[in-house]
Amino acid sequence: MVPGPVLGIETSCDETAAAVLAPDGRVLAEHVLSQEREHAPHGGVVPEIAARAHLAHLPRIVRHVMEEAGLALSGLGAVAASGGPGLIGGLLVGSGLARGIAIGAGIPYVAINHLEAHALTVRLPGLAPGGAPFPYLLLLLSGGHCQCVAVEGVGRYVRLGGTLDDAVGEAFDKVAKLLGLSWPGGPALERLAAHGDDARFPFPRPMLGRPGCDFSFSGLKTAVAQTVNRQPQGALPRDTAADIAASFQAAVADVLADRARHALARFGAAHPDGRLLVVAGGVAANARIRAALESAAAGEGFTLVAPPVRLCTDNAVMVAWAAIERLRLGLADPLDFAPRPRWPLDAPDMRPEPATIAIPPSSYIV
Amino acid sequence: MIAAPPPAGRVLRSLAETEALAAALAALAQPGDAILLDGPLGAGKSALARAFIRHAAGDPALEVPSPTFTLVQTYDTPRGPVHHYDLWRVDGPAALAELGWDDAAAGITLVEWPGRLGALRPADALLVTLRTVPGDDEARRVTLSGWPGRLA
Repeated sequence: MVPGPVLGIETSCDETAAAVLAPDGRVLAEHVLSQEREHAPHGGVVPEIAARAHLAHLPRIVRHVMEEAGLALSGLGAVAASGGPGLIGGLLVGSGLARGIAIGAGIPYVAINHLEAHALTVRLPGLAPGGAPFPYLLLLLSGGHCQCVAVEGVGRYVRLGGTLDDAVGEAFDKVAKLLGLSWPGGPALERLAAHGDDARFPFPRPMLGRPGCDFSFSGLKTAVAQTVNRQPQGALPRDTAADIAASFQAAVADVLADRARHALARFGAAHPDGRLLVVAGGVAANARIRAALESAAAGEGFTLVAPPVRLCTDNAVMVAWAAIERLRLGLADPLDFAPRPRWPLDAPDMRPEPATIAIPPSSYIV
Repeated sequence: MIAAPPPAGRVLRSLAETEALAAALAALAQPGDAILLDGPLGAGKSALARAFIRHAAGDPALEVPSPTFTLVQTYDTPRGPVHHYDLWRVDGPAALAELGWDDAAAGITLVEWPGRLGALRPADALLVTLRTVPGDDEARRVTLSGWPGRLA
């Protein structure tokens, strides 16, 4: 069981974040320091990426959330940090502090797979009807991740597909850059696309209609770059840029909807009781894409749920929540856990009880 | 047999030719080598790196995701580690220390957006420049410079 409030720490990429959750999942305090926001004037460049920035900010942020939650470290029931995948410098800072607190306060330490934290966020109290019971299908669509995962239980994930090259959020950011838009690229591109003709440029739809659930966005990005290069010299006229943005967004929406349909059919065959499609990651904030996925889900008899954006992008609430889910199963980690730059969701050690796998991965081969 | 790399300034007519170049470079690369991949968005830097890593690892189906957000991805290969850097989001050499640059230099390093290496740019690196070809969406113009005596 969960012996008391849980402190979560997230330092796997650009965000430095901490949060305190009550044992039932209520958020007592949360704070995210986003390097993206801090460095927007630099056009998406991250001057201080890893360890140093996290080291400079994390202790202050942890003190801040503990004060806001009205707790001393001795009042915590457990402490958790993202243990991977991510940049090793940041992971070492976050898990180092978490382990120090665990030793000092004499409480359990939980090393959280960052992707599992995204996968379980929708189960936070109040986000989905019935608390999003297992199993459900997760589409994780962000700048760094693009994958399609059957979530069967805590630690039980079957990856149905992933990107062969660029992540979808990365494609948004790079196309935004090609169009001269400000950082962050996704929202700026969506605003521009609202004024554009989405049929003017017939961009390719990579993977459309192909079997399986894999994604590919590199060819689409290249097609946009070539279209931009073909325009007359000088600054891109705003209406042309808007048409490119709208046409690009439409291509991405078509591809994601097609891939989601494939994944839902495959997931539904293995889990006739699963009826929930969960979309996480910053790209879920795009209204056009959300509409395309809602329609794909409805067509397969599924309901789409997307957690609010602040919980979809990197944050520490999800880390503390994943720890609560693990602690409820009696799971914690040894203090010598080594952070992992690569840590796939379907790594064998993610599963709490390998002997009780209900549905072997082979069920998904159609 | 893997063909020798092409002469400087050659046009690669297709992705397959880019991948053949990558295979030839992978056959030549040794621990300590740095290969800098220069070119605009969509020039094929990642495609070349992906093919290189798959050949170096001896696994044609190896997943090689874009390192744009993770900044560096490391692969264990029979010739030691291959580090695939993408400095698109990095504004200068100061950040590189935190990305394990010093240790990575002992293995094979592939670097996209190498302009951001600044003074850390290895003097003995191979520079691969990729450019699109106006009027031909599939083709790329490639220029190799460096590695004196190693490229036939």
